[in-house]
Amino acid sequence: MTDREFLEYVQAGGQVETTDWMPDDYRAKLIKFIEMHGNSELMGVLPEREWILRAPTLQRKLALTAKVQDEVGHSQLIYRVVEDLGKPRERCLDDLVSGKTKFHNVFHYPTKTWGDVGVIAWLVDAAAIISQKALLKCSYAPYARIMKKICWEESFHILHGRDVILTMMNGTDEQRELVQEALDRWWGPLMQFHGNPIPAEDDPMFVWRIKSQGNEEARQQFLDGYVPQIWELGLTVPDPKLRKNDDGVWEYGEPDWDELKHVVTGHGPKTQERLEFRRTFLEQEAWVRSVLLAEAA
Amino acid sequence: MIYEVFRQERKGVAFAHAGSLDAPDATFAEAFAREQYGRRQESEALWVVSREAIHAVGDFADELNKTYHRVDGYSLKAKLKEARERAGTA
Amino acid sequence: MNARELLEIADDELILGWRDSEWTGIAPSLEEDVAFSSIAQNEIGHARALYELAARELGTTADELAFDRDPGDYRSAPLVEQRRMDWAHTIARHYLYETADELRLEALKQDEDPEIAGLAAKMDREEQYHRLHARMWADRLRDEPRFRQALEEVWPLALGVLPAEQRAALAQRVEREPVAAVERNGHSDDLRELWEEMTMVRRSVPGATW
Repeated sequence: MTDREFLEYVQAGGQVETTDWMPDDYRAKLIKFIEMHGNSELMGVLPEREWILRAPTLQRKLALTAKVQDEVGHSQLIYRVVEDLGKPRERCLDDLVSGKTKFHNVFHYPTKTWGDVGVIAWLVDAAAIISQKALLKCSYAPYARIMKKICWEESFHILHGRDVILTMMNGTDEQRELVQEALDRWWGPLMQFHGNPIPAEDDPMFVWRIKSQGNEEARQQFLDGYVPQIWELGLTVPDPKLRKNDDGVWEYGEPDWDELKHVVTGHGPKTQERLEFRRTFLEQEAWVRSVLLAEAA
Repeated sequence: MIYEVFRQERKGVAFAHAGSLDAPDATFAEAFAREQYGRRQESEALWVVSREAIHAVGDFADELNKTYHRVDGYSLKAKLKEARERAGTA
Repeated sequence: MNARELLEIADDELILGWRDSEWTGIAPSLEEDVAFSSIAQNEIGHARALYELAARELGTTADELAFDRDPGDYRSAPLVEQRRMDWAHTIARHYLYETADELRLEALKQDEDPEIAGLAAKMDREEQYHRLHARMWADRLRDEPRFRQALEEVWPLALGVLPAEQRAALAQRVEREPVAAVERNGHSDDLRELWEEMTMVRRSVPGATW
């Protein structure tokens, strides 16, 4: 097969397996994309795990632990796919903590209150699920297959998030204030999450059918699904330009693309601290991995 | 070592490939598989198999048009019509 | 067994579950991270079930028992209160605690109260998996000096988890010489620090529903 034939094949809906021939560029782009996803699941764990320890009821403690556990599980599934494509897990983790590879913007920000816990599970996970559902059609079949399990598990997270938010909104003024304040802080990163609106035909991920959805399409889907949910609770969105026009298209204030670039290149408020935290534990437990690798006694 | 996990969603259905994991031995692989594929009671049973034990088979040759092996290799419509006309049952 | 005695076991499970849940996201391997998190969740689940039983007798709720007592009123053993974030220590504690708990549950399954006996049987069925997991790791690490050292360190505290009459049986089961146990009296700074963090959201809006 030539590169051209492969391109036509995937654009016609063809599926690719691990042992199939694939162009070097496809393999390289695939590894980079999937690795960033794995990095994001693993880094996303850190802001949330602090709140496991502070969860205000036993039920919330269990639900949040289970959610974070799922995310670790997702990173395991994802790094396995990357490893089968040719990049071992240890190298992925080394590149992550050394800052060579990236992870999604939302995981570079601090979490300040229990309101953040609710907003993240409700809205950040929702933004992620939209992208993840589009990946169910990825041309690379092993990745598409793990996305099924990932999407199924994420559906529990959204329920948990909604439950946390609704309980607070039905609670005291202080609790409602926690939610609004968290939403005010997270709105900017949420709007940046799906990336600049580059046309699909210019996006190599879309050309290779790794992604089946353009960035703007994903963002519109997010706004369409979740702005009504936000407004119906009496919450406000910190964007005076946000409205749905007569054509059904959401208009909004231009997201800060400079902030996005700045953050994902390793300059987010919590980036270095979190990478350092990961690095510390990786180093501290290297001996355990050596023991696991050693021949069984 | 890489282990492949097959899961049976409920009694009676076939085991299907669910994913793979990295474990030092079969005991660890079993413990890990239980949690990754069973913590929500989503599986009736699992098979955990070392990747080395699996023989991948593919590349089937189909060069000489074996119509007798395919459903579309049997064109009965015309023959049935003729047989019915002969028997007067058309 | 009465409510106060149940609180001892519930507090052990709660605090240990809290400690174990701290590994979520940072365990030595991703696969182990997922597995160990389930164990932590089960422990919290056991604590909750025990608190619910005690709560009925004491006229309160499980969450109130878990969160709203003064740190000095918790009846947890020093073993579970230690905070170390070191895998050798975690597995040493896990292995010894699970074996001690096995003995404790054997006794509890014989309790005259059918609800307590029934709950003990349910917990024991889940704990079977914890024991397998602990033994699997203890076996893997048995030649590691750090692990042997960790076992030495936590052994006196592990003995203190059980009432005096069950300690010889524990020593026999793990094939160690009995030593003077560290008893359940008073609490460490580790517990107060944990309690502060554990209750900070709950205390931020007292009486609220979360």
